[in-house]
Amino acid sequence: MENLGYLLAAYTIIWVIVFGYVFFMQRKQRRLQQQIDALRKSLDE
Amino acid sequence: MKGKHILRDNVLLGLSLALMIAALYMVFVYVPTEKHTGIVQRIFYFHVPVAWVAFLAFFITFIFSILYLWKREIKWDTIAHASAEVGVIFTTLVLITGPIWAKPVWGVWWTWDARLTTSLVLWLIYIAYLLVRSFATEPARGARFSAVIGIVGFIDVPIVFLTVNLWRTQHPTTMIFEDGLTTSMLMTLMVCIAAFTVLYVLLTVQSANLKSLETDVKLLRSTQAE
Repeated sequence: MENLGYLLAAYTIIWVIVFGYVFFMQRKQRRLQQQIDALRKSLDE
Repeated sequence: MKGKHILRDNVLLGLSLALMIAALYMVFVYVPTEKHTGIVQRIFYFHVPVAWVAFLAFFITFIFSILYLWKREIKWDTIAHASAEVGVIFTTLVLITGPIWAKPVWGVWWTWDARLTTSLVLWLIYIAYLLVRSFATEPARGARFSAVIGIVGFIDVPIVFLTVNLWRTQHPTTMIFEDGLTTSMLMTLMVCIAAFTVLYVLLTVQSANLKSLETDVKLLRSTQAE
């Protein structure tokens, strides 16, 4: 089990970056949806 | 149309999850430990597919950048941009997992050999692609400039791929696929490549949807201003 730390580090970093990117996209989508709703509302008024 | 997109996204998500679980099972349970480099060799099963996806992403950017410059339709630029963004994420993973494997095997985290250096240059080219867009005063100008980078920058992809066979480098050569892998190792690698390819498609589709949404916001803003 020599070098197990390197293996775990590699796989952990891969998932942290992939999930980080997904999280970033989700936040951006929520923010954009809020902006669209606010803009639609102001255009209707 | 919206329902069709939701179905497509759910199918991609389900397929990606199933393949990723299968890939992790094969990497950590199914495949035997390689005798020369030991347990750390298992990094290879994710490092190689991540590199493959990065190349694929930049190839898609290359194709859709040509289409954008030719047709001047925003949808082609959106796909090129989304693919480049995902490609940068995957190239970052290549540049991180490579040194983690290299440290116990080579004894150093990094060495300026041809494969590693050209990979770093590739990452810098596509970082420039993304920066050009964000710093452009006009979106159309940013799209045009980045499309040129997306086409010219792709030249580095075959260079990165061929470095190990053209020059003497420390990095393992592509010969490993011909005589260095057992059937179980090759099967594990193939499942991992399939898993990451589906993940790439899923992330690119989501990223492209976001960029379309951004365009809609800009359009609504300009309508509001009038």
